[in-house]
Amino acid sequence: MSFLMLFVLVPLLTVIAILFSKNIRQTRWIAALGMSLQLILSAVLVVMYLQIRAAGIADDFVMVKNLSWFPSLNFNLTLGVDGISVSLIALTSIVIFAGVFASWQMESLHREFFISLIVLASGVFGFFITIDLFAMFVFYELAVIPMYLLIGIWGTGPKEYSAMKLTLMLMAGSALIIVGLLGIYFHSAPEGGQLTMNLLEISRYKIPENVQNFLFPFLFVGFGILGALFPLHTWSPDGHASAPTAVSMLHAGVLMKLGSYGVFRIALFLLPQAAHNQGALFLILATIGIVYGALGAIMQKDLKYINAYSSVSHCALILFGLLMFNRSAIDGAILQMISHGIMTALFFALIGMIYGRTHTRMIHEMGGLLKVMPLLGAAYIIGGLASLGLPGFSGFVAEMLVFFGAFSHADTFHRIATVLAASSIVITAVYILRVVGIFLMGPIKDEHHRHLTDATWWEKLSVGTLLLFITLIGMFPSFVTETLIGNSLAPALERLMSNF
Amino acid sequence: MTYSLLSIMRQELGLIVITLLVLFLDLFVRETNKQKVYIITLILFGIHTLAGFFPFEGGTLFGGMFHTTPMHILMKNVLNIGVFLVLLMSASWLIMPRISDKRNEFLMILLTTLSGMYFMISAGDFLMFYIGLEIASIPMAVLAAFEKFKSRSEEAGIKFLLNSALSTGFLLFGLSLFYAAGGTLYFDDFSHSISQPSPLVALALTFLLSGLAFKLSLVPFHFWTADVYEGSPMVVTSYFSVISKGSVAFVLGILLFKVFPAFIGLWQFVIYALAIATMLIGNLFALRQKNIKRFLAFSSIAQAGFILLGLLQTDTFGITVIIYFVLIYILSNLAAFGVAQAISVATGKENIEDYNGLYKTNPSLSLIMMLALFSLSGIPPVAGFFSKFFLFTAAAKAGYYRLVFIAVVNTTIALYYYLLVVKAMFINPNPNPLPPIRSDNYLRSALFITVVGIFLAGILSPVFEYMQAIVDKF
Repeated sequence: MSFLMLFVLVPLLTVIAILFSKNIRQTRWIAALGMSLQLILSAVLVVMYLQIRAAGIADDFVMVKNLSWFPSLNFNLTLGVDGISVSLIALTSIVIFAGVFASWQMESLHREFFISLIVLASGVFGFFITIDLFAMFVFYELAVIPMYLLIGIWGTGPKEYSAMKLTLMLMAGSALIIVGLLGIYFHSAPEGGQLTMNLLEISRYKIPENVQNFLFPFLFVGFGILGALFPLHTWSPDGHASAPTAVSMLHAGVLMKLGSYGVFRIALFLLPQAAHNQGALFLILATIGIVYGALGAIMQKDLKYINAYSSVSHCALILFGLLMFNRSAIDGAILQMISHGIMTALFFALIGMIYGRTHTRMIHEMGGLLKVMPLLGAAYIIGGLASLGLPGFSGFVAEMLVFFGAFSHADTFHRIATVLAASSIVITAVYILRVVGIFLMGPIKDEHHRHLTDATWWEKLSVGTLLLFITLIGMFPSFVTETLIGNSLAPALERLMSNF
Repeated sequence: MTYSLLSIMRQELGLIVITLLVLFLDLFVRETNKQKVYIITLILFGIHTLAGFFPFEGGTLFGGMFHTTPMHILMKNVLNIGVFLVLLMSASWLIMPRISDKRNEFLMILLTTLSGMYFMISAGDFLMFYIGLEIASIPMAVLAAFEKFKSRSEEAGIKFLLNSALSTGFLLFGLSLFYAAGGTLYFDDFSHSISQPSPLVALALTFLLSGLAFKLSLVPFHFWTADVYEGSPMVVTSYFSVISKGSVAFVLGILLFKVFPAFIGLWQFVIYALAIATMLIGNLFALRQKNIKRFLAFSSIAQAGFILLGLLQTDTFGITVIIYFVLIYILSNLAAFGVAQAISVATGKENIEDYNGLYKTNPSLSLIMMLALFSLSGIPPVAGFFSKFFLFTAAAKAGYYRLVFIAVVNTTIALYYYLLVVKAMFINPNPNPLPPIRSDNYLRSALFITVVGIFLAGILSPVFEYMQAIVDKF
C-alpha cells in the first residue's frame, strides 16, 4: 500500500460516502471533508517529496511502487512522482477544494453532481501519480467522460451542444493517443525484449528515429487537443462557457494541464528526436494559439467566453514554452501550468458567483459591480492583474521565464515566434482592463443590481484559497521553479538537449 | 470409448439432457405447473454453466471429428454465461399472453441452438462444423418468428431463414471446394495436405468467409441484420446479437488460426478490409436510428467489426482477446438489452425518444443503461475499455497502426450515438416520462450480474489472465 494510492482512494471513498447521503447538507459536507483531506494529503506529499530530495535521492521518480495489473502484457499500475507531478497534484487539490465550495448551492441532483465532479478529480489525480502509460491512459479517459454529464446536465446555454462537442473532440484526441501509446509499447524494448508501458524503462531505451517521427504527431496532437492546441481548441470556449462553475474551474484549471503534462511527459520525454524534427510546426501552432486566443478574448462579450479564450491563449503559452527545449522556458511553462491553473479557477469561480447574482454574464449589461460586491470585484481585479502578468503575481514570473528562455534561441524563426507570442502580453492587458472597466467600474447599469449581496462564507473560502496561492506563488516563485521542480527537469532536458 | 465419450462430450451431453428434459417435462406437466419447468431449466442450466469451469484437459473423439481443449471449453463457458443471462431476462416475456402457452418450446429451441454452437466450436472436421452451424442457425429462424401473431416477427423469421440459407449455400460451396483442393475434410489433415495457397483455395476461402461473414453480419453481408433484430422479440434479438455472434466469432478465430494459418497472406487483407467497412457502416447507420432495437443492431454490427481486429495475426494473444472481448460484449450488450427489455415488457415502448427523462422516474435502469453504453463504447473504468484496448493492442501487435487509428476514430463516432441515448435519459426534458418500472426478480438479478461483470471483469485483471493462461496451453 503506497501513500500515493491515497490520492485515488480518498476520492473513491468520498464518492461512496456521498452515495449514502440523505440531503444536500450532508452531500456537500462529505465532499468538502473529502477534498479538505485531499488538500492536506497533498501538503503532506509536498513535504515528503522535499524530504526525499533533501536526503539526496536523485532518482527521476521517487516513491516508485510497482503494482502488478496485467502481468501477461506487462501493463502495471506503477506509482511514482517527481517534482512536476507533485506540484500538479497540489494544484489539483487546491482547485477541487475551491470548486467544492464554489458549488455549495448546487441544489438539483446534488449527489450526482458531486459524484461526477469527484470522479473527474480522481481521474486527474490518478493520471499524475502513475508512471505507467496504460494506467495513465485509463485515468486520463476516466477524467474525460464525467465531463459530458456535468456539462450536459448542470450546464447553461447551449449545454448539450457544448458537452457533445467537448466529449467527442477529447475522445478524438484519445484516438490519437492510443495509437501513440501502442506504438511506443511495441517499440519499448529491443527486438525480443520485454515490452513495457513503464515510462522509466522506456526512457532507458532509444526508440528508433523513424518510429519516433511517426508517433510524435499522434501523441502531441492527441494531448494537445486537451491542452488547447490551435486549431483544435474549439471545444474549450464552448465547453467552458456552458459548464457549471466548479467544472469550468476544474477543467480550465487542471484538465487542460493534463494535456500539457501529457505533451511534456510522454511526447517530448519519450520521443525527443521527433520533437526536434517536428517541433517547429507545433511551435507555429502554439504561437498562433497564443495570439489568436488573446484576440478572441478581446472580441467576446460573455465573461465566461472571455476567460475561456484567455485560457486558450495561456495554455498555448505552456506548449510554446515546452517546445523551446531549454531549461528556463520549460521551467516557466510548468510554473505557468500551476499559476494559470489557479488563476483561471479563480476567474471561473468569480464569474460563477457573479452570474449567480446578476443572472447575466454579458459585460455590457453590468456595471459598477465593484460598489455592490466589493469583495468579489476586488478579487476579480487581483486575478486580472495576475493574469496580465503584473510583477508580484505568479503569472509574471512564468511568462518572464518562458520568454527569456524563448529569446535565448538566436535564430530568426524562434525570435519572430517569441516576439509574436510576447505581443499577447499587451493584448491580455487590453482585454482584462476593458472587462474590469466595463462591468466593475462606472455607474451601476441595472437597478436590480443595486441590492445584490456580496460573497457568502463559502464563496469567501473558495476565492480566498485561490487568492492565497496566487499571491504565495507570486512571492516565492523559486519554491516551485527551483525547490519543487528543479531536480525533475534534468532528465527531460538531458534527453531533449542531447540532440544538439 | 464409452467412458471417454461421456467425459469428453460432457458439456454437449449435459446440454442435450437438459434440452430433452424440458421437452419431456413440457409434455407431462399440467398447465399450471409450466412455470416450474422454467425454474428447473434455469437451475439446471446454472449448474451446467458452473460445471463448465472445472478444469478439464479435453480430448479427441471420432477419429478427430470432435475435439475439445481447455480453450474450447472456455469459449463454451463464455457462451453459457450469456445464455444463462438471456434465460433470466426472458422470464417476464415468457409469461406474457400468447407466449406463455409455448414458453417451454422457447427454452428447448434456445438450448438446441446452443448445442449446435458447441459442436461448431469443437468441430475437428468441416462436416461436423457444418452440422453444428446448421443446428445453431435453423432453429434461430423459429425463435425470430416466435411472436408469430406480429407480422414483423414473422417477417423476421422468413428473412432470417432465407438469408441463412443463402449464406449456408455459400459456405457449403466453399467447403466442397476445400475438399477438392485438399482431398480431406479433417482440419488436421487439411493443414498438412495443402501448404501452398492456390487459386482454388483462394476461391474456397472467399466462399467460406462470405458464409461466415453473413452469420457475423459483417458489412457488406449485413443487410438482414437490422430488420431481423427489429422484428424479433427483444430476448431473441439479444440472443442473436451476443450469443450467435460470439459463437461465430470464436469459430472464425479457430478456423483462421488453427486451420488456415498457412494462408494468412490470403485472408489477412480480407479481414482488414471487412473490419474497416463493418465498423464504419455499422456506426454510420447507427447514428440515425430511432428504435432502440435497430440502434443496438447497428451498434452490434460495428462491434463485430471490432472483433476482427483481434483476428489479424495468428497468435494466442489474438484469440484470448477475442474471447475476452466477446465476454465483455455479452455482459454489456445484455445489460443494454435487459434495460430495453424491462421497458418494453412494462410499457411496450421501444423508441429512443420514449427514454427522455427516464432518469427521473427510473434512476437505476438509466444508470445500468449508461454503464452498458459506456462499456460498449469503451470508456474506463468499465470493462469495455479494457477489452477494446486489448483489441487495439492486438492489431498494433500485427503492425496495423492505421487500422487502430481508424478503429479508435470509430469508437468516437460510436460514442456520439451512445451518448445520444444517455442524453435522452439524463438531459432531455420530458413532462411525461415513463412511469416507474418494477421488473421481476429474474430480470433484476440478470441486470445485477451484468453490472457486476461490467465493473469487475475489466479492472480485475485475473479474468483476462485466466483466459490468457488457458489459451496459452492450447
